[in-house]
Amino acid sequence: MTASGQVATVYVPRDSAARSVGADEVADAVAAQAGRPVRVVRNGSRGMLWLEPLVEVETPAGRIAYGPVAPEDVEGLVAAGILDGATGHPLCLGPTEDIDWLRDQTRVTFARVGVVDPVSAEDYVAHGGLSGLRRALSLSPAQVVAEVTESGLRGRGGAGFPAGIKWKTVLEAGSELKFVCCNADEGDSGTFADRMLMEGDPFTLIEGMTIAAWAVGASEGYIYVRSEYPDAIDTLRAAIGTAYDQGWLGKRVLDSELSFDLFVRVGGGAYICGEETSMLESLEGKRGMVRAKPPIPALEGLFGKPTVVNNVLTLGSVPMILADGPAAYADLGVGRSRGTQVFQLGGNIARGGIVETAFGITLGDLVGRYGGGTRSGRPVRAVQVGGPLGAYLPTSRFDLPMDYEAFAAADAMVGHGGVVVFDDTVDMAGQARFAMEFCAAESCGKCTPCRVGAVRGVEVIDRIVAGVDREKNLKVLGDLCDLMTEGSLCAMGGLTPMPVKSALAHFPDDFATTTTEEGR
Amino acid sequence: MTSSPPQSLEDRVRSIVAEHRDDRGALLPILHAVMEEMGHVDPAAIPILADELNLSRADVYGVITFYHDFRQTPPGRKTIRICRAEACQAVGAAQLADNARARLGVGFGETTADGAVTLEQVFCLGNCATGPSVQVDGRLYGRVSPEQLDGMLEVGA
Ligand SMILES: Cc1cc2nc3c(=O)[nH]c(=O)nc-3n(C[C@H](O)[C@H](O)[C@H](O)COP(=O)(O)O)c2cc1C
Ligand code: SF4
Ligand code: FES
Ligand code: FES
Repeated sequence: MTASGQVATVYVPRDSAARSVGADEVADAVAAQAGRPVRVVRNGSRGMLWLEPLVEVETPAGRIAYGPVAPEDVEGLVAAGILDGATGHPLCLGPTEDIDWLRDQTRVTFARVGVVDPVSAEDYVAHGGLSGLRRALSLSPAQVVAEVTESGLRGRGGAGFPAGIKWKTVLEAGSELKFVCCNADEGDSGTFADRMLMEGDPFTLIEGMTIAAWAVGASEGYIYVRSEYPDAIDTLRAAIGTAYDQGWLGKRVLDSELSFDLFVRVGGGAYICGEETSMLESLEGKRGMVRAKPPIPALEGLFGKPTVVNNVLTLGSVPMILADGPAAYADLGVGRSRGTQVFQLGGNIARGGIVETAFGITLGDLVGRYGGGTRSGRPVRAVQVGGPLGAYLPTSRFDLPMDYEAFAAADAMVGHGGVVVFDDTVDMAGQARFAMEFCAAESCGKCTPCRVGAVRGVEVIDRIVAGVDREKNLKVLGDLCDLMTEGSLCAMGGLTPMPVKSALAHFPDDFATTTTEEGR
Repeated sequence: MTSSPPQSLEDRVRSIVAEHRDDRGALLPILHAVMEEMGHVDPAAIPILADELNLSRADVYGVITFYHDFRQTPPGRKTIRICRAEACQAVGAAQLADNARARLGVGFGETTADGAVTLEQVFCLGNCATGPSVQVDGRLYGRVSPEQLDGMLEVGA
């Protein structure tokens, strides 16, 4: 009780997941019931989402965590002396950094998320912010591109394309006007890392985009954020305003030769606009119709100009790579999957949230050791990895290492790192049907295999489950999947068969009718 | 922004466009601003937007209809969006969806006859570890129980 009477610093996240379960009310209760002056900092979330709202109190021995805290718990917590870091209350989790779930991670891209005040420029710099940009500006653009290439960083948006190679193409493209576009459309169910980085450490994204601008010779940048993320939009706009005030954006960034203007643009609620060429069309103010490639966006992107398009996590990893050098990043990971991936555990999971760790961790470790199995307490039956276009996997595949190539070899994909868990009540024929339904609803409509195939897919699955011409319709479904895979212009139609075929392959019994006489 | 005497739809649309004069590819930001100010994009705005932006009416109409966010009729006094994507399906989203439709007597994308509630579906709100998720007038709720949803559907007297 040494610090009694001093102003206590209390952290209550502003992250929208924390707010969705009452963080604002908790923050208000702390301020109202503290009985002494407190400084309430609205930080990002540490990513232990099952513990939200997670309250932390600063003490001389570091931050002490309490959670999950309901507004009505606050009075008791204050009475137990948490403002002095008392550890006796049942909700006390001990020092935040010692919670094994967090301690066992390798936080690189998420190093500051949950730690800092997201909109404080001072906090950002105090926690190592801008050192990547300062170093980048001391190098030539070609040297920066070389370092990003050496780091082995691959696109985190799904396809895993090497970032350095894309940047080199843009750098070498001759044009007065070039763009850097951040894909923050994050439409995949089960993914929320882009959102949490934008809400919890927006300056890192701004810094990463500014480094990209220097590296490729771009003067203008856009962050395309989905409209479903109003908090992220507000936080980014506030942070961009601050960055201009600080001289981190605009003319002569940090007194260098670089001038870079950055804008936030809001999507229109269309999943397909996460596909990069659809996003570019949308940024141009048009319908989000997918463009045929070539030309690639690196050469003819936004308004036909050379354009870097990268995911939030790709760009958000760049400041650390430049600050600590490419070798430090490349030393992490396995095979051709270098560095860390920010995995997101969601769905029916006991301990959901953000697990940033080197590539190579097994799926079973993520779901079991970190995730703690299902929230319902029932057995895990299926896991969908990589969003709505990713495969459904049974627990017998839990030995798979999280690595782009290993997943591809197993007819699955890592994608944006989302892992969605289902318990044994799931109906996999229903999930396969949903995959087709989703594709039908969200197709941009440009090509027939996707637009028409997905509608047909729903009908065929319905017939199979109803037991109508089962064998024939299973064959029709197989052919339809092949047609969509082969004949679609983009991965929306091209990958929708992945969840469908994996559900069929791993959970065939779910596609049998209840009254079947044909067996499976 | 200062408030001036009530303006015609045309004046309001033209002044929104004026604020976005320097934006590249301004149509989406303009449509969002129109939605923000008026709650929907009145079809009467289409020829005005086309004129201002040097586009055809078909172009403007095509953009409005492509995106789920842009509606052409006024929404209810309250908008409830239920997440129906996979991670929320895994924790009971289907039941919430069924309950909401049954209680309100409308389908997704529809507004109750008294204009009180618009019910919408959405595919992921980025709250997938703390689902099922529901958004009420832009505010996000997580771990929503059927009882809690009942409370949200209750329209304040
Ligand atoms: C249907 C579809 C949806 C996509 N959605 C996203 C998305 O929400 N966010 C994203 O970063 N990439 C998404 N992508 C991948 C992008 O097309 C593109 O590969 C990516 O933005 C490139 O950035 P990266 O190399 O940093 O990953 C999607 C692709 C497809 C086919
Ligand atoms: S596959 Fe589907 S989403 Fe992709 S271009 Fe074709 S119709 Fe559009
Ligand atoms: S993508 Fe939604 S209408 Fe086509
Ligand atoms: S699936 Fe519902 S919030 Fe992501």
